[in-house]
Amino acid sequence: MDNNNSNKSKRSGISVRRKVGSAVKFILLGLWAVIVLFPFYWMILTSIKSYSAYNAETTPQFITLSPTLENYVKAFNSVPLPRYFLNTFIFAVITTALMLTVSVLAAYAFSRLEFRGKNLVFTLFLSLMMIPNELVIITNFVTVTNLGLRNSFPGLILPSVASVFYIYLLKENFEQIPDELYKAAKVDGTSDFKYLMKVVLPIAKPTVVTVTILKVIECWNSYMWPRLITDKKEYFLVSNGIQEIRESGFGRQNTPAMMAAVVVISVPLIILFLVFRKRIMEGVSRGGTKG
Amino acid sequence: MKVVLEHVTKRFPNRNKKIKEEVVAVSDFNFEIPDGKLIGLLGPSGCGKSTALNLICGLEEPTEGRIYFGDEDVTDLAPEHRGVGLVFQNYALYPHMTVRENIRFPLTNLKGSAKLTKEEMNARVERAASLVQINELLERKPSEMSGGQQQRVAIARALVKTPQVLLLDEPLSNLDARLRLQTREEIRKIQRETKVTTIFVTHDQEEAMSISDLIIVMKKGVVQQIGAPQDVYDDPANLFVAKFLGTPAINVFKGEVRGGQLFIGGSAVLDVPGVRDGGVWTGIRPEGFIPDSNGPFESDLLGIEVMGRDITVLSGHPDAENPVVRSIISSDRRIDTSSPTVRFRLKPYKVFLFDDATEERLKFEYDIESDPEAGGAV
Amino acid sequence: MKKSGFKAWLYLLPAFIFLAVFMVYPLVDVLVYSLQENYHSASQTYTGVGLANFSYVLRDGTFLQALKNTALMVAITVPISTGLSLLIAYGLSSINKVKKLFQTIYFLPYVTNTLAVGLVFMILFNKTDANAGLVNMIIKLFGGNAVDFIKGPYWAKMFVFCFYTIWIVMPFKILILTSALASVNPNFYKAAKVDGASDAKIFWKITMPMISPTLFYLIITGFIGAFKAYSDSVALFGVDLNAEGMNTLVGYVYDMLYGARGGYPSYASAAALILFAIVFTITCVNLIISRKKVVY
Repeated sequence: MDNNNSNKSKRSGISVRRKVGSAVKFILLGLWAVIVLFPFYWMILTSIKSYSAYNAETTPQFITLSPTLENYVKAFNSVPLPRYFLNTFIFAVITTALMLTVSVLAAYAFSRLEFRGKNLVFTLFLSLMMIPNELVIITNFVTVTNLGLRNSFPGLILPSVASVFYIYLLKENFEQIPDELYKAAKVDGTSDFKYLMKVVLPIAKPTVVTVTILKVIECWNSYMWPRLITDKKEYFLVSNGIQEIRESGFGRQNTPAMMAAVVVISVPLIILFLVFRKRIMEGVSRGGTKG
Repeated sequence: MKVVLEHVTKRFPNRNKKIKEEVVAVSDFNFEIPDGKLIGLLGPSGCGKSTALNLICGLEEPTEGRIYFGDEDVTDLAPEHRGVGLVFQNYALYPHMTVRENIRFPLTNLKGSAKLTKEEMNARVERAASLVQINELLERKPSEMSGGQQQRVAIARALVKTPQVLLLDEPLSNLDARLRLQTREEIRKIQRETKVTTIFVTHDQEEAMSISDLIIVMKKGVVQQIGAPQDVYDDPANLFVAKFLGTPAINVFKGEVRGGQLFIGGSAVLDVPGVRDGGVWTGIRPEGFIPDSNGPFESDLLGIEVMGRDITVLSGHPDAENPVVRSIISSDRRIDTSSPTVRFRLKPYKVFLFDDATEERLKFEYDIESDPEAGGAV
Repeated sequence: MKKSGFKAWLYLLPAFIFLAVFMVYPLVDVLVYSLQENYHSASQTYTGVGLANFSYVLRDGTFLQALKNTALMVAITVPISTGLSLLIAYGLSSINKVKKLFQTIYFLPYVTNTLAVGLVFMILFNKTDANAGLVNMIIKLFGGNAVDFIKGPYWAKMFVFCFYTIWIVMPFKILILTSALASVNPNFYKAAKVDGASDAKIFWKITMPMISPTLFYLIITGFIGAFKAYSDSVALFGVDLNAEGMNTLVGYVYDMLYGARGGYPSYASAAALILFAIVFTITCVNLIISRKKVVY
């Protein structure tokens, strides 16, 4: 643009087309961003509208001039929301901790220790990855029921511990650690367990953190299994809690209070995501799936 | 601590599972490494050097044979009970630990009566660090250091337990040329100071020759020759050793012996009394040529490379294994570059004959006195 | 080194126990259940062995409705979500400004609770006597008539269901496609530009072949994931999905097991195996096609 040569008209033609193209691009991207963000906006907006103001609306209002926190108070008081939170927290923490322990040990055995039939066993492990959760949930339900573990944390947690996929992910990562480190540690008389704790885990920390976060998200959002295994509110997780709120509401259809509960349930994971944005996105692109 | 290997053999199953035959990585090793020496274990890559090292430090168990440290049989001893230190080509430092933590790590594994207090550990870390002169770097992470510094840390970590045997697996290969020279001197110095029996694995003959008290040349799992570097260079046991040692490499010709005379390309080039008649491989060191217009050895002159102190004459010979024959002569000599050929006479002690079938050395008698110039320094 | 066989098994033991009890045994068990005819869960008795459970399930109207719903939803959402996410990822890859911001926003649905946000969608589409809801307001703005998306006609419910499913699955697809596009060696583009290829030609002749393996991966996982849909439907239409005619295959399994019609693990097992067979077949077909089509 800055030089006046004979190609000017041709150039500016291209540049106009570029500009239009890039405008279309931004409009499209912006539109999708609005579609993604709008439900979040709407739930926050609705949650700060007063019950009477919301019900008085005949057409939806995009802003509210008198924000209120009464719905949050109601959400915490009328339904055992803190209880659901605590349950989910306990469930997520214990499940993730157990999963990590079990998976790290198994991944270490596959990546570092020598034993007869290792390849065969690992292949069998991998073939389990194809088995959908829906197929085994039936027997697990019967097993847990027969053990009398319905409406209990062990019943919720134990079937959610084993994860072939995370064992696989960790094993792949452990194998990246050079052999020489292991040899050096062996020559110095380091036990396998100490090597795992002091060398492997610190080096593989990024992957361990990723796996942890993915599992926590999975726990936080799990719905089908908790719904099967709990029918007492004392053991509800947030997903079941929100469904309960939807079905029986707050005595009557109280949408703003419902939205307040939804906001409260969504916020922890969104904060977790914003803090570990890079880790989570990397971890998911390396093999996470939804659900 | 002397190290003795007694008929040590290591076989691995073939990596290609369809092949039943096992791979012999180390075949019948039978030698003694004297106490307090620096030994270079030398051979091309894939010849079993690293396996030999792993056997000595206990990371692998021999299929057959025994290994002794001093008089103690250590064959069945776990690595940590052998008192060995190990240094790797890629340093193998723990990336998440500082230098101090890296060096201290072996000490934290000591158990029972050997257990050390924090102060004792720190004292030993400091001592090991000062031995390799990295005291100022103790709080750094490996990623913040140069390759040479990292290798020093690795050596300090190997030395901190005061091992009886120090094993170095290609310790200089990841360093650039300048650091390699410097670090190799460093290793020599540390070895002299600590007097620890040291085994140094390398594929670089120059490296091995320059710092070792003794070199062991290996090929495909079999020891070819053991001796002081100069002795092995001057008196190679077979064609492989002759070719493997020396830069530039030895010149090899197809030759023939008839009636005690060596013929290359039809002309008798040297008296080789006592050698049987028949075909031979002839190896002539680059410094074994003396320019002589009446000399018996003639080749086509290709060019010269002036190096200052000496001159490399490049020539071609139909019976040479390589297209270019290199001969190094003193720069006092003048070569007539306009002539299409160049003639030499040969220094008999720089000429080695090998059986053309077995490639074993065929020795002959020679008399240095007959050619005063040939006996002098190059 | 000492043989660490025993130690290795010790390290594997916890994983083995968990997998054996909660995965391998159930897998065998579900096959057994599915073949036991007239299984009675209270007395744990059955009358015979055979395929009666499968034939019952396949003739069950609610199962066929669930199958229809699921299949229709899969057929609609997988192509649309894949295509749309490719479009968005392509747009993302060609901008520098605010790219990170867009990426972060697009990923948000991944970390939200399906049930919770489903409720928001329900509110947005819902039509009550007092309030037609936001979506209907927009429809009226363009001169249309208000539709009850949650309790109204089948097509409207299906629309909401598909819309929400797409909204939920997009983050994963956009993320994967963005990184696939970023991993294409830029020298290919430079070379093509120098040769005077148009943007469209570059996209179809260079970009698409290079990312085709990722695309097929997304289509396969998309099929598998969509066939397992359940909680999104619950979030939108409530727990009594059969009454709403919006049940899914997984929902049917759940109902047979414990829901309103619960107590029939044999029917649940048969339905779960049918679901697995469908997913498995589609995956195999996809793999066969991808063998032929994927460039490398």
